[in-house]
Amino acid sequence: MSGKKIVCRCNDVTVEDVEALIDSGVTDIEELKRLLRIGMGPCQGRTCIPIVLSILARKTGRRQEEIPLPRARVPIRPVRVEVIVGGADE
Amino acid sequence: MSKIAVIGGGIIGVATAYELAKLGEDVILFEKNYFGSGSTFRCATGIRAQFTDEANIRLMKHSVERWEGLEEELGSDIVFRQTGYLFLATSEEEVEAFKANIRLQNKFGVPTRLIDMDEAREIVPILNTEPFLAGAWNPKDGKANPFKTLFAYLFRARELGVDARGHTEVIGFERAGDAITAVKFRSNGKVESVRVDAVLNAANAWAPLINEMAGLSRGLVPITAYKHQLVKTEPLEPGQVEPLVCPPSWNDAYIIQDGEDGGIICGAGIEHKARSLEDYEPTYDFLRGVLEYAVRIAPPLRYAHVVRQWAGFYAKTPDSNPAIGKLLENFYIAAGFSGHGFMMAPAVAQAMAELISKGRSRVPLDWEWYDPYRFERGELRSSAFQIG
Repeated sequence: MSGKKIVCRCNDVTVEDVEALIDSGVTDIEELKRLLRIGMGPCQGRTCIPIVLSILARKTGRRQEEIPLPRARVPIRPVRVEVIVGGADE
Repeated sequence: MSKIAVIGGGIIGVATAYELAKLGEDVILFEKNYFGSGSTFRCATGIRAQFTDEANIRLMKHSVERWEGLEEELGSDIVFRQTGYLFLATSEEEVEAFKANIRLQNKFGVPTRLIDMDEAREIVPILNTEPFLAGAWNPKDGKANPFKTLFAYLFRARELGVDARGHTEVIGFERAGDAITAVKFRSNGKVESVRVDAVLNAANAWAPLINEMAGLSRGLVPITAYKHQLVKTEPLEPGQVEPLVCPPSWNDAYIIQDGEDGGIICGAGIEHKARSLEDYEPTYDFLRGVLEYAVRIAPPLRYAHVVRQWAGFYAKTPDSNPAIGKLLENFYIAAGFSGHGFMMAPAVAQAMAELISKGRSRVPLDWEWYDPYRFERGELRSSAFQIG
């Protein structure tokens, strides 16, 4: 792992992975998200999305504020299935 | 070489653009949002030939054969795995129906067979066998990664010269008689137009709007968007639920382990007519409903964590079969896939590209069955078996 800079700890995505994909022409945050699985792990992007946005801004010459955030979805943190189905009997 | 416009950057549009470029056509592809943003990136990943009618069985048999060679053809890992589909019967009547379906599938070379619950448990170690009498098992069915598949097609299409434009919205056509002569589109606020020899409407849930722009009635191909949701758990050890497992009588509920990260994707036929074509909000009733089914199918899932939930559209026609064919002299449609677009894409894209480019196709696609004018004539096909 030496020398690798991890962007997403849920799915082991590196800075190099992100930059290579941007270089191949994928510059939409929603597309980057799905191809790299950033923001789709247990932390739901709290770590990786801001880093990827800054890389994307730097590589494309855009201001970070101009890049829309990917859509956030429930649950914002992992929930055990039995907590949800247990509620059915209440 | 003809100039062909493809509208819709989902799997059907992108794969057809690729197939057209392979045939030497000059293709321009329009996606109004990001690629895959409609139904493709929200699908449950499943690929199956276990349908209950000849047209869909034959089409999907061909499609699975194309899937088998797709990684090599596109030169990219798309995580295609033939991990099977296992349908589970809960009554003797259903077992008999399964046997009839299996006979039909076997007739066309699909190797489905009836299995007992001991064998089912070997295939799915965490299966609750108690409620089920038998399973319909086809080991050639499978799954693939929709994100990687779409981009594998897109990258190859671009290499072959396809002008693929994301965030570019088609806003109208020029029409002369029964032919479309130009496509008007908008990107970054700028309106442009391109002369074309043919157009494919591959916009799925949005296809009626494109038809209307071409001067056709919105109801000619009556596609309605139904919100279909999925829930995914944290990664589990591979091998727990590799096939798609579905007892159809439990509201078409199903579970399938993601081929890449091992999370369990849970779906069910708890559907809502979408309020609009932007109605992607997941709902709590779905979350609870689908998980109740999931733990009845595989009780250990009770102890897993839910990580994600999302919604997409089943772009449904009245008989759950897509509309595939010609609408005007040079205006074609492949839309209304009712949840089956991803699995059908390799076959439909090849068929559609050959039809547009050569006027006929080698693909065993029953054009009469999928005829887009059938709704206007009041002819419905037997409803396509609709799961994953």
